[in-house]
Formats: sequence, structure tokens, C-alpha cells
Amino acid sequence: MGTTESAAASLDAEVLRQRLDQLAQREGVRRWDLGASCSTDTSVQVDRGEAKQMKGAQRSAITLRVWNDDGLVGITSTSDLSDAGLARALAGARDASAYGNVDEVPDFSPLATAPLPVLEQPLRPAVSILSLLDTLKEAERDLLGRHPAIGTVPYNGLAQRSSDRLYINSDGACRQQRLTTASLYLYARAEEAGRKPRSSGAVRLAYGASDLDVAGCVQEAAERTIAHLDYAPIATGRYTCVFTPEAFLDLIGAFSSLFNARAVLDGVSLSRRESLGEQLAVPFFSLHDNGLNPANVGAAAFDGEGTPTGRLSLVEGGVLRHFLHSEATARAFGVAPTGHAGLGAKVSVGPDWFEIGPTPGSDGGARGLDRFASGAGGSDGLVVIDSLSALHAGVKASQGSFSLPFDGWLVEGGTARSIEAATVAGDIRTLLKAIVGFEGQAKVTPDGLCPHVWVEGLSITGDA
Amino acid sequence: MVVSPPTGAPAGTALTLSPAALGDPAWRSVLEPLLASGRSAGADLVEVFLERSDHLGLLAEQDSITSVSPAFGAGAGLRVFLGDRDGFVSTNDLSAAGLRAALEQALGMLGLVLPAHTGGGFDGLPELRDFAATKDGWLPSCPSLAEATSRLLEGTDRLQAHGHHLQVRRGSYARDWQEVLVAASDGTFARDVRLHQSVGLNVLAADGDHRASLGRRYGTSDSPDDLRRWDVEAAAVEVCSSAGTMLYADYVEAGQFPVVLANRFGGVIFHEACGHLLETTQVERATTPFADMVGQAIAHPSLTAIDEGLTAGAFGSLAMDDEGMEPQRTVLIENGVLQRFLSDRAGERRTGHPRTGSGRRQSHAFAAASRMRNTYIAAGPHSPEDLIASVDKGLYCKSMGGGSVGPTGQFNFAVEEGYLIENGTLTKPVKGATLIGDAKEVMPRISMCANDLELAAGFCGSVSGSIFVTVGQPHIKVDTITVGGR
Repeated sequence: MGTTESAAASLDAEVLRQRLDQLAQREGVRRWDLGASCSTDTSVQVDRGEAKQMKGAQRSAITLRVWNDDGLVGITSTSDLSDAGLARALAGARDASAYGNVDEVPDFSPLATAPLPVLEQPLRPAVSILSLLDTLKEAERDLLGRHPAIGTVPYNGLAQRSSDRLYINSDGACRQQRLTTASLYLYARAEEAGRKPRSSGAVRLAYGASDLDVAGCVQEAAERTIAHLDYAPIATGRYTCVFTPEAFLDLIGAFSSLFNARAVLDGVSLSRRESLGEQLAVPFFSLHDNGLNPANVGAAAFDGEGTPTGRLSLVEGGVLRHFLHSEATARAFGVAPTGHAGLGAKVSVGPDWFEIGPTPGSDGGARGLDRFASGAGGSDGLVVIDSLSALHAGVKASQGSFSLPFDGWLVEGGTARSIEAATVAGDIRTLLKAIVGFEGQAKVTPDGLCPHVWVEGLSITGDA
Repeated sequence: MVVSPPTGAPAGTALTLSPAALGDPAWRSVLEPLLASGRSAGADLVEVFLERSDHLGLLAEQDSITSVSPAFGAGAGLRVFLGDRDGFVSTNDLSAAGLRAALEQALGMLGLVLPAHTGGGFDGLPELRDFAATKDGWLPSCPSLAEATSRLLEGTDRLQAHGHHLQVRRGSYARDWQEVLVAASDGTFARDVRLHQSVGLNVLAADGDHRASLGRRYGTSDSPDDLRRWDVEAAAVEVCSSAGTMLYADYVEAGQFPVVLANRFGGVIFHEACGHLLETTQVERATTPFADMVGQAIAHPSLTAIDEGLTAGAFGSLAMDDEGMEPQRTVLIENGVLQRFLSDRAGERRTGHPRTGSGRRQSHAFAAASRMRNTYIAAGPHSPEDLIASVDKGLYCKSMGGGSVGPTGQFNFAVEEGYLIENGTLTKPVKGATLIGDAKEVMPRISMCANDLELAAGFCGSVSGSIFVTVGQPHIKVDTITVGGR
């Protein structure tokens, strides 16, 4: 077939640097840095055996930051990488610098020229979009055939991306990373006569479309969906809950301001400067941020300021050990940047990829917890929280509270039955100190590595 | 990757930078060959969406401006239909060669090949329908950086004046200017300029272990003076009053209760519980329980719901949708009976529901989809006090947070500011409530509508990205709903 596949995305760092040098010289700007990226994407969606939508995209973006003669910083972002676009961006950044924050002036990261970690990231060639389509059609057909109640797979997609990103500054730093990734998601909808529809799904990531675990994704989506078919309402009350790795990582991610130096300095974190060294969780709880974990598909070697990424202990033995930092927050705390910065007028800080588990030497992961064991959870049973919804609305990170709808099961006497509709509510600080233990081995998910996590005494609201 | 004038443009025209760039007649000579080529290749319909954008974001914290974030860009989205299938390609490369490469890629997705020579099937573009003819002065008429930063600092200053125990005071402003040009092989050829401004105040109040974070955001469209007209004093008073009340509020008791939802952003309940399920994208996915229920009762007889893009200055209003069609006033539900769905070009081809001027997208990077505009429940005969007086024990939701709806019709939304209703009277404030329900079950339970309809600006994220919308309603009563809490 006559399909045209786009060439792999690429940026010429040296050419970009020369153009910026010339423009900056002309405009009298002596200090600048930039982050740039370009990408090509192709993706497909299907609907009951037919192509629903096929998409392609070529994107480019640049964020340019300049320091004016008073040392204040301004930025401008654009998708226009032409000379005219860069000139306009430079002028815009200089204008914005007149309103730069005098109380906190960003600087180049002291680690912007430090050696970068070596990542094992194979660059995979793009496959044709019709090949993507065939793969997704087959996956959908397979999933539809797993159970008569599965009638559609309303949310599905198979995508591949080639991207190139770089960081350059006027002091000579130059970072560049090329990457290919692919993703597959399948969310099925199942409905039995006289009963409400149910839905669940699965996601897979890889470096190329040919590497995707399509069969595993179909299997997991089918198992999860079928496991929610037989449902019943749950009585409102307090339960011991078992979070799946995905659900617990989502919850911790929503409260990541606990570990975020930017949020601490801004006064919107539950943590304070003095919180380092305080007991945040049960003594066997360990949390690291490690974007370099080999299982993290698409890991970044450097952050928005050019700082190398790495493994950082956030909580060890339940004690808060370190915060995530940008250049500016690290300077304020008197530590080194940690590789968690964005690039902006006010530099954001965010986590990369969490590793959660028992602290070495503790017994938190070795208690033999088994949610299907007879008697687990006592007479009320256990609530397994499979996935959380509406984190954007139901989490109040600066208050520590959450009230979230979830999909899950009530496990009584070793038998699990899906819960019709319910919410789980609590306080993150209380939750972290109410962890009973970890069950099983840690599982790799798109957001991190985590085992099942048992927590006691959470409020569940149900319909029964 | 470059952005350059299209082939055929007169020398010296700054097509990539001038605010009037997409109004340049030279674009016709670029677009017509593209559309003709696509039709000659065998496509049923070819659509080109060109966009130029200019954004400004500001943040004030305490008494300082801490972020000034300008951004500008340009891009194109090309969509090709063959039967009920389509291929879509977006690009930042607006050169003639770049657009032709994008078209070739989109055609290839459908098994079509660009022909060496164009044949029939396309008669050329008609005269441009220029909805932007009087709007080219909007962007330069917006507040300058100096003026906008000054207004925001006025906001954080007013928070300080009216608030207690405020640990954080924030003001934020966003100005989004967008110029679009839509050309399609069915004769669509239209241009528009949109301007959206929103400004918000947020606080975090703290006293010992008590904490409350609250905010309010206001948004309008198509009026450069809106930031100048913003009632900063009233906004600060409202935020501080709510924060002061919620700082010491207890967590809500969980259970099944009647609830009364306030007007304005209370309309998020209809948006999430029903509105999304009346978009043809949901019919296409078979994820709406209402697909075959036009003409049937799906809600309480007291409920009439409307979606339109016409209210002057409302956040979801537009002169034309992102497929070049003028918006309509679409009655979705009348006295409880489903009247029609919101539809776009793809929705009409795939489901048969006629287009309603609801084809919307965040930017050129997204294919348009049927999306809501200004969506609200119509006013009813009661006073808000009637609704509260009718409840013995329940919850009054004065201010709502965000929400969502899933593929099974299960919806949820958070309550930012709530009060118990006891014996028909508002009593103590409560926090931490999340309302959940099922669309088919809850719509018949909206049993009373008050006479105080008001709209509120919001952002809606869905298949075609994040778009500006309005939600709205009068005070309404839901007979019973699950209130998640502690």
C-alpha cells in the first residue's frame, strides 16, 4: 500500500546553538538557555473490526529563557523554529524578563555539563500505520472473543513515537536525547443482560511497536473486565484495603508535593523544610524516585535544566530523607539539583518514576500477606482497590485529604466480588502510617514499581 | 522543521507572524490544490484546519509576580474521510511542501495515493466567510503585561485584606488568542479569531492542623477588556469568605442523601452525568446508554437542558465551530424527553445525527469531535429556598470542583464547599464530599429546578483535547445520590 511514514524526528543542536548565538548577540542578550523537542507520531484506533481513526503528527517546540542586564529571567515558548520564530521568541523572553521574579532568580544548573547516565534505549524503526492497524484489529478481536459479555473496546489505541529533545545554554552545555516509544491501551466494556455495564483495561509500553506485549495486554484487560462482571453494592464503613500497584502509585503520585521542594518553598506542601528526618510512614516503608530504572520505558537522561537524572531516596524506613529539586530549590536548600526540573519562568519540579517497597532489613514485605487467604480482613472482608478515578478533583494535596471513586473487589473468605460503585476517603498522612504491609513481588507499571499495599481503617462509601 | 510562507504568497508578506496572516488571500492558492489533490486521490472529503495562536500566562504569589509565560505557535491539521473512516495528520510545518506531505500521509492511512494530476471532484473554494473581519484588533487591545500583572497583584493584595490565616495567596491569568482558517472540499471556507481570558484567585488557609485550599476562576470570550472589568474586590471577598468557613469544617458523613446543588458551576453535574453521553463520539463508541432513546423520557419531567454556542461573552461561545459551521442552540432534553445529540462532521457520517456546530478541538493537533459549548439546565419555577426547605437531611453543595465520567456512564465530581441541610435549613459546613452516580439513574432524580440560572466558565478535557466550555444551571435538587465521605 502507498503509505508514507515520516522520517525519524531530529534536531541539529549545533545549528540551533549557532542561530541562537547570532540572534542573542544581535539583541544584546548575553545569557540564555533553551529546551527544544521535535517528534513524529502515528497512532490508530479501531471500532469492532474497522479502523476508527488513524493519526499522524509532526511537532516541534522550543522554550527559550534569557537573563536581562538586571539578571532577571524571562521566557517564551513557540512551535515556530524558523529564524523569524526564534527572533520573536527571544524578543518575547526579553520583554518578559522585565517582570522576572526578583525574589528567586533561576541560574544554570551546576550539573548541566556533568556526565550523563548511559541508558539502554534501543531506537526502533517505525512500522507502517497499516501494520499498526492490523495489530490493533487483531488485539481487539482477541479481546472481544474472551467473554460473551465483552461487546466493545471503546477506548483503544496503538501509537508509536520518535522524538528528539535537547537542552543548550550560552555557557556551552549541550544535552540531546533521541528516543522511540510505543504504547498500547485496551479498555473493554462488558454488559450482561439486566445488569449494568462494566469496564476495565490494561496498558503496555515498549521502545517500538514490534516489542509491545500485545498478548499480555489483551489477557490483562480481559481478566480485569471479566472480574468486574459479577458485582454487588458494598456497605459503607471502615475496611482494610489492598491497593493494587497501579492504584497505590496513582495515589502517591497525587500527593507527590510531600516530596517536592518547590511545593515546600511555596507553602503548598504538607512537608516543611524541617520535615526531613521526620517519620512520615510506617518503619518498613521505602520510596525512591528512579527514572533510570531499566523498566521505565522512555526514561529521560536529563531534566529540563540539563541536570542528569538519577535514583533518589525519598523515604527510607518510613523517614522522609530527601526532596525533589530543581536548580533554584536546591540552591535554597543548600543541596545539589536532583534532575526533576522542568523549564519555565517559574521552574516546576516533579517526580519521575517511583519505586515503592519494603525497607531492606525490615519485615514489611515478608509477612505472608495474602488477600485470598481464608479469614483475610476478618468478618467484614477486604476491599481490593484496583483503580482510582478523578484524582484531579478528589485529591486535596495541600490538605492531605482524598475522596475518590474506585473500581475494586470485596474479598470475603477468599472469594472476590466486584464492588458496584464506591468511594474511598482518608488522609494521606494517616494512610502512610496505617500500612499493614506489602503483598507479593513488586510489579512494573507505567508509573513505577510497587507491590500490593495493605492499609487498614479506610472509609469506604457504598450503595448497600 | 520550519514555518514559512506558503508557495504563491506575495513576497514580503509575513504569513507566519502577522495577526491577519490567515486572512491573507494567498492561502487560497495553497489550499485549493491540496483539496483538489485529495479529492482526486479518491477521498470523499478533505478538510484543512490552519491555526495560529498566542498565549500569555501569569502567576502572582503573595505580593510578587512569579511567572510570566508567553507562547505563540502555528500549525495545521489535515483530515481525510473515506466512507466512515478518516485519517488525520497534524504538523507545525505550514509550507506548501509540508502541507502536501501531511496530506499524502493522511491519504496513505486510507490506502489512497496522491495523484500526479488533479482531476474532478472539487470546484474550488467559495468566497471566504470571514467571521474575524472585525476582530483583528482584539489582541493588541488586550491588557499589556504591565496592566495584567498590576491587576493580578491587586487581586493578591485584596486577598490579604479580606482573608484570615492565609498561608498562600495566588492570582493567575491566562489569555488565549487563536486565529483559525477552515477549508474543506465540500465548499467550507471560513476564518475566525477567538479570544479567551480567565483569571482566578486561590488561597490556602491554615490554622494548626486545620487546612482549606479554595479557589474561584472566571472566564469570558471575545472581549479584550474583560480583565479590566474584573471585580477583583468581590472575587477576593468570595474566596476569603469560603476559605474562612471551610477552614474549620468537619468531613462530611458518607451515605445516600438528597442534595441541593447551587447554580453556576453546579452545572458540572449535568455536564458529567449526561452531557458527555449526548455527544455523538459516545454513540460511535457505544458508550452512551441514551443512543437509541431520542423521543423517550430519560430525565425527570421538570428538566430541560440546552447546549449552545451563542451566549455573548460566554466561555463556550463561538462564531463558528472548528469545522467552519455556525453554532446552534441545541435543545438536548425538553421536559425530560431526549431531543437530540451534539454532532460534528464525523459524527454525522458515522451515526446519522445532523451536525450542530459542535465540532471542537483544542488545537490543530487534534481532530475535531462533537463537544459541548455552553451547557445548562434551564430555569424552573422554584426559589432556591424552596429546594432547601424540601430536604429534611441532606447536603447543600455551594461550590463544586472537577468531575469525570467513565465508559459505563458512572460519573463523579468533588464538592469544594458543602453544608448540611437539617430540617430544611442550612447548618454546619462540611468538606471532603465526592458525589458519584450513574447517568441513567440520576437524571430522573433531578426533581426540582429553581429560577436562578447562572453560567460559569470551565475547561473540558476529552477526545479532542482541552477546550473552553460553560456549565450552568439554576439551583437543583437531586432526590438521592451517593455522597462519598468519611
